[in-house]
Amino acid sequence: MSVAVTIETIEKRFDNFPALRGVSLDIQPGELVALLGPSGSGKTTLLRLIAGLEEADRGRVLFGETDTRNLSLRDRRIGFVFQQYALFKTMNVAENIGFGLKSRPRHERPSNDEIRKRVRDLLELVQLPGLEKRYPSQLSGGQRQRVALARALAIEPRVLLLDEPFGALDAKVRKDLRAWLRELHGRTGHTTVFVTHDQEEALELADRVAILNEGRIEQVGSADDVYDHPATPFICEFLGEVNKLPVKVVGSQAFFGDRPVLGGLSQNQGGPASLYVRPQHLRIVDETPLALPGTVEHLRRNGPIRRAEVAVEGLKKRLEVDLASQVAPAIGERIRLRITHGNLFAAA
Amino acid sequence: MSDATLPSAATAAPTRSPSRARGESPVVQFVLIAVSLAFLLLFLLLPLVTVFIEAAAKGWEAYRAAITEPDALAAIRLTLLVAAIAVPFNIVVGIAAAWAVAKFEFRGKNLLISLIDLPFSVSPVISGLVFVLLFGAQGYLGPWLQANDLKIVFALPGLILATVFVTFPFVARELIPHMQSLGSSDEEAALTLGASPWRVFFCVTLPNVKWSLFYGVLLCNARAMGEFGAVAVVSGKIRGLTNTMPLHIEILYNEYMGAAAFAVASLLAGLALITLVLKTLLEWHYGDVIAASRRH
Repeated sequence: MSVAVTIETIEKRFDNFPALRGVSLDIQPGELVALLGPSGSGKTTLLRLIAGLEEADRGRVLFGETDTRNLSLRDRRIGFVFQQYALFKTMNVAENIGFGLKSRPRHERPSNDEIRKRVRDLLELVQLPGLEKRYPSQLSGGQRQRVALARALAIEPRVLLLDEPFGALDAKVRKDLRAWLRELHGRTGHTTVFVTHDQEEALELADRVAILNEGRIEQVGSADDVYDHPATPFICEFLGEVNKLPVKVVGSQAFFGDRPVLGGLSQNQGGPASLYVRPQHLRIVDETPLALPGTVEHLRRNGPIRRAEVAVEGLKKRLEVDLASQVAPAIGERIRLRITHGNLFAAA
Repeated sequence: MSDATLPSAATAAPTRSPSRARGESPVVQFVLIAVSLAFLLLFLLLPLVTVFIEAAAKGWEAYRAAITEPDALAAIRLTLLVAAIAVPFNIVVGIAAAWAVAKFEFRGKNLLISLIDLPFSVSPVISGLVFVLLFGAQGYLGPWLQANDLKIVFALPGLILATVFVTFPFVARELIPHMQSLGSSDEEAALTLGASPWRVFFCVTLPNVKWSLFYGVLLCNARAMGEFGAVAVVSGKIRGLTNTMPLHIEILYNEYMGAAAFAVASLLAGLALITLVLKTLLEWHYGDVIAASRRH
């Protein structure tokens, strides 16, 4: 049922605003892919293009071998879950879910009994049995989300597309639904693309994450790939937290000012660069040749993690440092920091 | 941002009584309510009651005679006919205009919105005169119409044209803000589910806006039946032929047949009351929907 989706050099402008600038992406059959990016990055436009709700100025989208430019919305057979669900307010749950089947041309339309049975099965699947007669206004946010999903699944879509599927839900429901969606995807195996601006959601849920910025895909990869091996400075700053240090690379060492802070570099491009270091990759040490002296200015607790803000001479922004041990430094204490891991990008 | 756990939502805002929150004293409230009630009584309810009292002044028989007299019946029939043509026409065109404005982006959209309001901003007399100027014997198209034996002004087509013009904004104005606030995602959802455009319209769009549509139709109909100015200009006031109810009432009144005039007027007033009751019922039951369409 599910097909591969191939996106070939898509370009799309709205008036004078370039929403997508040459986007290509291959999605495997049955894969769960997240489109992640800040608002205005073009992720929703890309999703709507795959759906056929927008038309590309250039480039094309293939479902398997089929060029979707020649397909009507009906023939595309996509299941689209809208951000605010777009459930039909004047229809009850059963009518909503059955809408797609009832919309088929007469000779393809299942009988009313079959539709009723299919609605019941789908409600079982989304764990809302017995809610056929309810109206959308009588459902909670999470329930509406599931009904919207059931409605999209009813037409046996070749591709499932979700626009900010958890955006309108509160944090607790969001976590539950995330796990549930992952499990549902495992069971039904639809090729699924979802849009989100929540990196945690993308990294946790998706097989692969495509990160968009200003109409381009900056990196595609598994959660580990994009988090541990960010391809661009943008991804470093967008995913998780990061400290940025302006450094100069000489030989195999990076210098902050005239002090070497990171060694063993394999890149042999010298010159000015930006070193990105995550808070958990800074360690307080006693004495080591590669260390960065600083003063602890602030301490706070961030859930399970204790965090210190360390002022370093010559750096405007304080460094965020995760404290590994239970013994925290005192405010005002002078400490030395060692960088255990960092990502280096040549300064533009 | 870090992944800190959010503070629990249990910290509710302190509750305050709504009137206190607005900061008005009970005296101010009382004065405002009293002033508006007094105004309503004096300027709206009193005249309405007078209509019915005057209508009944000469007894039931006179009342019955006044409204069953042939000219009166002709006027009632004509009024119903004009409304029966003008209102459905404005429903169709109003929906089309609202759809165009709410669902598409195009150049000249703001101009179109302003044009929809034009009939409200122009005096009805002028609206009528425009049609006389266009289609009258001395008008631009007059000679051609005469040559082809077509009558528009001082005939039913003219009455319908004038009524359509004057009542056009009602449906469109109710629908546009409502449709705009709904957005297009319901329609898009229906399309992705494989529905044909007609099915989308009849099963999704129309049910979504049905109450504001009904509301608009109600107002449109009330105005279509009660319109005086524009219709007076194009009618020619031929008794039993081109006289609508409001025109008939005026003629009766000018001929010092007060009781008869008020008898026919009471029918129109009755229509207004029915409209009012339906409108109130609508607002009562579907106030949230209509309010949503008003908020913009």
